[in-house]
Amino acid sequence: MTFQSFIFYFLSSVLVISAVGVITARNPVHAALLLVLAFFTSSGLWLLLQAEFLAIALVLVYVGAVMVLFLFVVMMLDINLARLREGFWRYLPLGGVVALLLVVEMSVILLSRSSGFGDTALPPDLPAGYSNTKELGLLVYTEYVYAFEIAAVILLVAIVAAIALTLRKRKQSRYIDPAAQIGVRRKDRVRIVTMASEDRPDGRTRDAGDGKEGRQA
Amino acid sequence: MSAVLQPVVAFGYWLWGLLAAALAWVFGNEIAPYIMYGVKTLLLIVCIVVPLMLSVAYLTLWERKVIGWIQLRLGPNRVGPKGLLQPIADGLKLLVKEIIVPSGSNKLLFVIAPLMAIMPALAAWAVVPFDPEMVLANIDASLLYIMAITSMGVYGVIIAGWASNSKYAFLGAMRSAAQIVSYEIAMGFALVGVLMAAQSLNLVDIVNGQSSPYGVFGWFFIPLFPLFLTYLIAGVAETNRAPFDVAEGESEIVAGFHVEYSGMTFAVFFLAEYANMILVSLLCALMFLGGWLSPFPEHWGVLGKSSFLWLLAKTFVVVSSFLWFRATFPRYRYDQIMRLGWKVFIPVTLVWILVLGAWMQTPLWVWWKS
Repeated sequence: MTFQSFIFYFLSSVLVISAVGVITARNPVHAALLLVLAFFTSSGLWLLLQAEFLAIALVLVYVGAVMVLFLFVVMMLDINLARLREGFWRYLPLGGVVALLLVVEMSVILLSRSSGFGDTALPPDLPAGYSNTKELGLLVYTEYVYAFEIAAVILLVAIVAAIALTLRKRKQSRYIDPAAQIGVRRKDRVRIVTMASEDRPDGRTRDAGDGKEGRQA
Repeated sequence: MSAVLQPVVAFGYWLWGLLAAALAWVFGNEIAPYIMYGVKTLLLIVCIVVPLMLSVAYLTLWERKVIGWIQLRLGPNRVGPKGLLQPIADGLKLLVKEIIVPSGSNKLLFVIAPLMAIMPALAAWAVVPFDPEMVLANIDASLLYIMAITSMGVYGVIIAGWASNSKYAFLGAMRSAAQIVSYEIAMGFALVGVLMAAQSLNLVDIVNGQSSPYGVFGWFFIPLFPLFLTYLIAGVAETNRAPFDVAEGESEIVAGFHVEYSGMTFAVFFLAEYANMILVSLLCALMFLGGWLSPFPEHWGVLGKSSFLWLLAKTFVVVSSFLWFRATFPRYRYDQIMRLGWKVFIPVTLVWILVLGAWMQTPLWVWWKS
């Protein structure tokens, strides 16, 4: 067994175990963290295929951003295990049928000779100076530019739609416009007036006390 | 290599050869090279991590001194000459303190959280170049690797906040999660500008792309100035430093995500924060401030030579500015942080990437051309 296949089997077993853990973990936070582990190990598998851009992008996007937001939501859940387990037997037949279908479909693809899986050769040794990122960029921005740009626009529409659907004006919102805050000048808030001094009603001038007024006896 | 070091180096080679021979004798010629490779990599990792930990320790002292001076105090000056042993004393104190695990907490995740914080903070250093040759792993996409690894640092904070089973810690974790995800976008766009200008994802190539006969004028902070500022400020936010430290916010939520941590578990979070701070500053120096290149023109003799010391000096200046920010600015309010990230930084970086793309097509672009 070469060193590479050792790494492959190590990563694959971690991946399978954590993927099973995602669906069997009782606590949703544990499930989400196991999913993070699954993403991370699969990115290691992609690195073995010399797809470094995709591998790093997987960690950057899914582990670094998507799963953080997932955890953000999942952590605020009130975990009630009894209620989670309530419908297990009721949903089991439907879930079993779906699972069986998935297994059949995957085995048809993976085991049949015509699909060509299993015969795929290892990626060829790449010349020095080969940059995965550059090749992918060239392909995406030349050959598949329309598909890529259309996908980007669809994503943008989805983002805007998601915000538009959840945006609601709240009556008690106390939003303050920062530009207005910064734009405030002294004359907007304070008015300095000059007034002539006046004599005290008792006729004494201000400094004409006996010098003991402020003191405590 | 100077004549003084010659015998030392020779002795090192002799030791290395001895080790290789011993391993080959014990394990045979098949496996021995792999073990040697492992040993060599481990030694190199130690060569990076030990100075890093030392600089983290002395950065804490430097921080307290600088903030002391800014506030017209002396700062720590009791332990050792001029207070120089203060970090050692602090470390010892944290080491012998009891680690308290809250009774309602998730014990496993509570212990894992500090590891999740320190792991990415150290792993990112694997690809950091200190010199054109001095780099542990000179991989092609080192910039992407650093971004991916540092983006995992937030898990330590989130898990710590959740596993502590404390309201304050949880609030800190939630704040931190939203803040780091937001600022990562702006930071990523700033780095897109850098890789456009350098036309490479490799950090060594990025620094080499800033070399010019005119010294400082070839560095990328000039054409990428808005991105440089964005990166610097987003870097402060990413490392949860003041004025963006709402995740800790001791005046509102006690100490945020690490309120339940004590002793060494707290110290690990502390180490991770400072290691990240040094990393962000070093990256800033590498990507915008010319790395190990000299700020002076080439024909200025010794001053014009590129050296590791320049990188050290630049990193030091950037790190010190982090401390300066902390002593100067009051903490941002949470909604102000979000506004700054989404409504100011992201539009600024997007516009500048467009400007840069157009600029690079014109003869006015006098910086790096491949």
